[in-house]
Amino acid sequence: MVELVGALAAAAGVTVGCVALAWVSSVAVAYGGGRGWRLALTDPVVETARLVRQRRRRTVEADVLLWRIGGWGLLPVAVLLLALVPWGGFTALPSGHGVVWANALDVAVWALVWLLGWGANSVMGLVGGYRFLALALGYELPLMFALVAPALAAGSLDLGDIAAAQDGVWFGLWMPVALLAYLIGVVGFAVHGPLAAPAGAETAGGVMAELSGPDLLVVRLGRHALLGAGAAVAVPLFLGGGAGPVLPAAAWVALKAVGLTAGLAWCAGRLPTLRVPRLLEPLWVVLLPLVVVQDLVVAIVMEVA
Amino acid sequence: MSPPVLVDIAFWAVGVVAVVAGVLVFVVDSMARATYALATSFVAVGAALLLMEQTYLGVIVILMMIMEMAVMAVYMVMFMGMNPALMPMTMVHSHRAAIGTAVTAFLVLGGGAVLVPWPTGGAAAGAGVSGVTEALGTAIMESQMLVMMAIGPVMVATIVVGVLLSSSRTRYDRMGDDLDEAPADPPAPSRSARDGGGA
Amino acid sequence: MTLETVLLVAAALVSVGLYGALSQQVVVMVMMGLELMIGGVLLALGGFWWFLAPDPSGQVLLLVVLAAMTVEMAIGFAMATLLHRRAEVDMTDMTAELHE
Repeated sequence: MVELVGALAAAAGVTVGCVALAWVSSVAVAYGGGRGWRLALTDPVVETARLVRQRRRRTVEADVLLWRIGGWGLLPVAVLLLALVPWGGFTALPSGHGVVWANALDVAVWALVWLLGWGANSVMGLVGGYRFLALALGYELPLMFALVAPALAAGSLDLGDIAAAQDGVWFGLWMPVALLAYLIGVVGFAVHGPLAAPAGAETAGGVMAELSGPDLLVVRLGRHALLGAGAAVAVPLFLGGGAGPVLPAAAWVALKAVGLTAGLAWCAGRLPTLRVPRLLEPLWVVLLPLVVVQDLVVAIVMEVA
Repeated sequence: MSPPVLVDIAFWAVGVVAVVAGVLVFVVDSMARATYALATSFVAVGAALLLMEQTYLGVIVILMMIMEMAVMAVYMVMFMGMNPALMPMTMVHSHRAAIGTAVTAFLVLGGGAVLVPWPTGGAAAGAGVSGVTEALGTAIMESQMLVMMAIGPVMVATIVVGVLLSSSRTRYDRMGDDLDEAPADPPAPSRSARDGGGA
Repeated sequence: MTLETVLLVAAALVSVGLYGALSQQVVVMVMMGLELMIGGVLLALGGFWWFLAPDPSGQVLLLVVLAAMTVEMAIGFAMATLLHRRAEVDMTDMTAELHE
């Protein structure tokens, strides 16, 4: 009984944290995109109130089951991702294979975004879904190899162990390429900034084109939550976890997660959306080899040290 | 590990999901649904591996299969040429013979599974084995390294052959006869396509 | 969960996959059947490992099966694409007719 209450409390806490990070991301994207402070801060609240009351629009012959799975699945994936993050001594979903789980969760986004585009039975949605898969092929491989670096340095797939292995020097400082590839991946699976083509404005919103009301709200929330959760996972991977002076570990994890989310979302808001066919070449021909070299460097350093 | 009863219930649940989703692959009327039914079946197989404490392999199966099915869906739609709507269809041949063979196969395999006297008498020899992932990693990098080294070139050959078979463009299409032009953007169609399609 | 039940589920998966591989006309659906069969094989191998021989080399075998599956998919898709491009064919029966 006590265990059950504890688990429910942890689930509720992680969900609230996820929504909070989504709000931070939303504000930072809007501010980076050139909205004033006041508008950026109030927009999420106003939009939520508007969308909750909006009536649902349906398209002809939509595959509603798959469409809803795609839309409503994004937020749970973000919540599970955040649940993997160790807060000092406490982890909502402790796992000896946290890194692999994080990878599996970001791959789940492939299916969800494509289903979102497919289910609506609209041209724009399908274009967006295909764009996302093309983009995902580009960012996923560098991301996977980037996850190898911290795991290799810590000698563990457990996010808690990886955080604990960074006394003094954060992995992000001496694995900058891996950190960069990871963050590009986060922006990619959150469909934001330069990698937002699947939901691009020139295709009337792509995968989001036909969404309305609560369905649209939950997809927007899910995308921002994915950005926040992805950034939060980077904290134990690259930013030393709960390491920091004075404050308790959990507070440092939260601070770093919020800071990274805000920074990443601000950059995503500043940058223009890039065309998908242009992205595969730099991601595979330039970034992927660099990340592999980064892994090699980490392996050699660990062998020598 | 959690109480055995819970593990039993969980196993039956994932087992039923795996088989039902597998049957749905050939029953549903939409390519997307068929593909993602197969993905569901594989996720259930991955979950069963997790229940048997092969965590790393279980997660890898889940990860790989979601990815593979996401790509598979693209091919399904491409080759079936159907609109996204639900569209009733049956595209089968030798239906009865196939069902007969499948049932026979199940009876033979299932009969074998139940009737063969397995040595442990139902007890799990793997229970309590710790550090499975680490042992697997050590095996890959030490005693079984040759296996993995053989798989590497096979994978590379697969990539090369796959691209070779399926790509309609060559580097000459991309960069001109002397390979000295900048790649066309957007990518130019292949030579044969420009000359009127098909070989 | 006993070895028998695991193998029963695996046998069901293999049989359903066999039905698909034999009966489907479209190349991609045939491959879905093959995939389902490989899923059953993976489950059976996992069961053998857990109940009979908890030794790392059993898991290496599982990895090899996974690798074989990716190779099968990649080459299968490549050939389906080639067939489709060359002859606008996506059904197994038509491929046989081409041969004649």
